[in-house]
Amino acid sequence: MDKKKKMSEWPRHRIQVLWALLTNSYVTGFVQGKLYKGKLKNLCVPGLNCYSCPGALGACPIGALQAVIGSWNFKLAFYAAGFLMFIGALMGRFVCGWLCPFGLLQDLLHKIPFPKKLETFRGDMLLRKLKYVILAVFVILLPMFLVDIVGQGAPYFCKLICPAGTLEGGLPLVILNLSLRSAIGWLYAWKIVILAVTILLSILIYRPFCKYICPLGAIYSLFNPISVFRYHVDRDRCISCGACSRVCKMQIEPAFHANHMECIRCGQCKKVCPTGAIYSGEMNSA
Amino acid sequence: MEEKLRLYIGISIAVLGMCMMAYGISRGEMSVVMIKATNICLECIGIG
Repeated sequence: MDKKKKMSEWPRHRIQVLWALLTNSYVTGFVQGKLYKGKLKNLCVPGLNCYSCPGALGACPIGALQAVIGSWNFKLAFYAAGFLMFIGALMGRFVCGWLCPFGLLQDLLHKIPFPKKLETFRGDMLLRKLKYVILAVFVILLPMFLVDIVGQGAPYFCKLICPAGTLEGGLPLVILNLSLRSAIGWLYAWKIVILAVTILLSILIYRPFCKYICPLGAIYSLFNPISVFRYHVDRDRCISCGACSRVCKMQIEPAFHANHMECIRCGQCKKVCPTGAIYSGEMNSA
Repeated sequence: MEEKLRLYIGISIAVLGMCMMAYGISRGEMSVVMIKATNICLECIGIG
């Protein structure tokens, strides 16, 4: 029982829920179907959180990146890229594990019982490279080069892929706003299909969107090996029991690659380690 | 030693990120973000 309590993920989920509520607390937006227009919207939030969500208080960093890259007069996005570098260098993919509302949704969906959960499959690790392709093509190259007559590029990742935008912005706004409802077409249907597939896959596979699609996770993953908040392994204490590898839902081997690019810092490996060999920060807490 | 080096690299990149943010703000990028974030992004919600 004690072990079950120790391994519980709910303390992390509580922080995820609290952060999601805090950053989407513009209740008037949900009532009136309008967006928050205050000054906080100048600032990016660290996780994937659509700024067209009626409750959103901040801007989505991936949306902000595409908006500036796609703007006719800028193209290079120092503000959003600098923000991502700053957060990434401090926390790496800690953001994915603790501060992303869409990550929370996938965490919760994966708790729904299903006869056979898919932990990994052939080509799993290769497929995880797809998120870097999506980052390069849909977030950077297409908004930069596929532009209209005035040189304005669309946010192609948001437009063609992002299920977070559909869930957080598309669904509530279309429900609340009659004029938007009358404007929906094939693109909306396509994005609903992507959202539905993501939800269904999240029941089967742990965080499929984070593993294979998310360009924000791709960016933060680049900083995981050098981020200030990081995991350490005390090699003298490690007994190579493999408990950390078995508990890791991202299918990495924390004892050997504690700061792997796929690690979302959920902390389950730290909790399960019988000798306290895995720790975070500068001091060994064991 | 290697861990210390990684820590310094991490801090340096964080500082560089802050400088980039400041430069981006100084040339007006924040207003692009603000305009996009305060108006319904039709592309984001699957309409535009």
